[in-house]
Amino acid sequence: MVDIRSGAGETIPLAEVEDVELYHPKSWWTKYVFSQDAKIIAIQYSTTAIAIGMVALVLSWLMRLQLGFPGYFDFIDADHYYQFITMHGMIMVIYLLTALFLGGFGNYLIPLMVGARDMVFPYANMLSYWIYLLAVLVLVAGFFVPGGPTGAGWTLYPPQSILSGTPGGKDWGILLMLSSLILFIIGFTMGGLNYVVTVLQGRARGMTLMRMPLTIWGIFTATIMALLAFPALFVAAVMMLFDRLLGTSFFMPAIVEMGEQLKQGGGSPILFQHLFWFFGHPEVYIVALPAFGIVSDLISTHARKNIFGYRMMVWAIVIIAALSFIVWAHHMYVSGMNPQFGFFFATTTLIIAVPTAIKVYNWVLTLWRGDIHLSLPMLFALAFIVTFVNGGLTGLFLGNVVVDVPLSDTMFVVAHFHMVMGVAPILVIFGAIYHWYPKVTGRMLNEAMGQIHFWVTFLGAYAIFFPMHYLGLLGIPRRYHDLGDATFVPDSAHTLNAFISVMALTVGAAQLLFLFNLVWSIWKGRDAGGNPWRATTLEWQTPQTPPAHGNWGKELPVVYRWAYDYSVPGAAEDFIPQNHPGLGVPTRETGS
Amino acid sequence: MAQSVQTHTGDALERPPGLRGVAADLSSDQRAFKNVSWGKAMMWIFLLSDTFVFGCFLLAYMTARMSTTVPWPNPSEVFALTIGGQEIPLILIAIMTFILISSSGTMAMAVNFGYSRDRRKTAALMLLTAVLGASFVGMQAFEWSKLIAEGVRPWENPWGAAQFGSSFFMITGFHGTHVTFGVLFLLIIARKVWRGDFETERRGFFTSRKGNYEIVEIMGLYWHFVDLVWVFIFAFFYLW
Repeated sequence: MVDIRSGAGETIPLAEVEDVELYHPKSWWTKYVFSQDAKIIAIQYSTTAIAIGMVALVLSWLMRLQLGFPGYFDFIDADHYYQFITMHGMIMVIYLLTALFLGGFGNYLIPLMVGARDMVFPYANMLSYWIYLLAVLVLVAGFFVPGGPTGAGWTLYPPQSILSGTPGGKDWGILLMLSSLILFIIGFTMGGLNYVVTVLQGRARGMTLMRMPLTIWGIFTATIMALLAFPALFVAAVMMLFDRLLGTSFFMPAIVEMGEQLKQGGGSPILFQHLFWFFGHPEVYIVALPAFGIVSDLISTHARKNIFGYRMMVWAIVIIAALSFIVWAHHMYVSGMNPQFGFFFATTTLIIAVPTAIKVYNWVLTLWRGDIHLSLPMLFALAFIVTFVNGGLTGLFLGNVVVDVPLSDTMFVVAHFHMVMGVAPILVIFGAIYHWYPKVTGRMLNEAMGQIHFWVTFLGAYAIFFPMHYLGLLGIPRRYHDLGDATFVPDSAHTLNAFISVMALTVGAAQLLFLFNLVWSIWKGRDAGGNPWRATTLEWQTPQTPPAHGNWGKELPVVYRWAYDYSVPGAAEDFIPQNHPGLGVPTRETGS
Repeated sequence: MAQSVQTHTGDALERPPGLRGVAADLSSDQRAFKNVSWGKAMMWIFLLSDTFVFGCFLLAYMTARMSTTVPWPNPSEVFALTIGGQEIPLILIAIMTFILISSSGTMAMAVNFGYSRDRRKTAALMLLTAVLGASFVGMQAFEWSKLIAEGVRPWENPWGAAQFGSSFFMITGFHGTHVTFGVLFLLIIARKVWRGDFETERRGFFTSRKGNYEIVEIMGLYWHFVDLVWVFIFAFFYLW
């Protein structure tokens, strides 16, 4: 075995690439607006993502108002309800989670954590943000055009998504949605190439791949996945745009619309589903892998203990990424598939549980006998583990064909994916913001507000999504605007729906408090100093806080150890920074 | 035995034999691929991503072709030209393919002269490549207008499955766009070579990074990729 944590005994490697000369902005505009500095771009990405995420949050309130109190809100008719569902889903998955994890955290953390001055192509990185912003604006424009945004559901299944029965189907809505997705993919590709090349080719001296913090491993792997999965969505969006604009029939079977036989015919709606889910399933892990990585670092730092099984954690990330490309059709069990396919995809789906379970065990074993500080990042990390296990377990139900068939299109599915890829990654995002906010601003977030935010969000999320499992088992369908007087729906289901809606509003209110905290702490927060969490990774060792342009001052850092030297016996402090020569001998002998 | 990880210190560290040596090299510090510059690495990864785009387009087309209930038009007849009273199948495509493959050859020669810092020959060969690429696009425009004149539309055609026209225009259009962008960048870089930007390490406009002759090779990577994709389009669309 190669020892991943050896100390200063080894030779300091020579620099292979000369230090880059950075682009130095000359005006306020190029410094803060059209900035090529990854840190500014990260803040721009994050702010935009959170802003559009707030829109999606409000949409979810409106949906819950309708579901909890049907008939009280006249302005939420069926069409609006479907538009809210569609926009809520698409915004949350792509424009918030993907953009925030990769564009936000990726941009901020990759150069700092691997010891680079900036991303390798700052100009393309800047373009990436502006195209993302354009994509968001095109998406939002949907709310203001005739017919409103598309109401096809976030999966945009044809043929319904481009027919007149669906809101926006024959108007502007679907066009804007598809254009926005295409723009997003182009913009993301520019950023994504930067992230991958920076990690592969732009690291500091001594920063081997197996010394990288797991955060970087997660973001790096997720970016590669995104670069390979988004093409399928791109192709699907282009083809659907042609179906809608030119009258081609890629996805259109022979169909009667409003009593009229359409000219189109011979296309395959299932083809779209394959393309969409070839993107859609990796997308789940594009969101989850950065969360896995970040949470590993949060747990290790705040439990003052090295991550358990670092090597295994890295390989689990890589294996999950590879497997996630061959499981997509488990979203299509009810679409009409050869049963052999169902068997294959169910098997691969359940195999993913193995590396995922390894990760969960390793997090728990990292906590085991650690010096656990219940700081806010740690609370969110713990909440993540619990929530992820919950959501993952219902995934085992839905991954099996025979169990999935009766449960699909019920609230059970809604509960499952909100737990596993909604609440769980969002909890990590909160934890990460509480963790890195001091580095970004130089000030701590307010602890009291943070505690309220945490407990309301954590407990509230369970109050919202636990009852949904029960509703699903009762057979309450999802994507229904109004349950009506169906006899199989007991009164208790209506009561439960009202309860869920109240809780959703409460949790939403807690997010407003969080936003207030973000702004308030910029000026009023406690001064953080350079390394408030006493963490080992490089971003906490910068000469200035917040880090200046170019990150490291005159000298680039040299890395001597892995990212997890916490509580090393014999060390002066309970952490040894990665760029610290420190002890002359390896702290633990590993392997043969 | 505890063993420290490879950190590229010249010859100071002993490399483990076999696959472990490969792994140690790849996972070493600073750079995973030792002799690959940032620009080249980015182009390779971009091409990988673009492969998936074209792969999805072609797979979608194949699905459509196999699942349609109406017969698919016969490419040999559709893409035939009447020359001197004789109908020759696929003649235009054959010429187009020949031209595009030849342009790959001239591009490779340009890369070679670039590394020997022969400015004139490099620029001339890149220009020739651009001309060949532009004539490919020109012939494609001719092919499109001929088909359109015969009544082929994205939504219908006189001979059979509507998906024929839609796939044809979409896939060749997307490839043609790639070629067109390639031609534009060939011209831009040829101009830089001619002007001697890479001798003086003048900073690029987009990247604000110093330029060098490797950019010619990176351009070449893209160009060869576009050619390679055409081979697949040719095989799956015209020869099937």
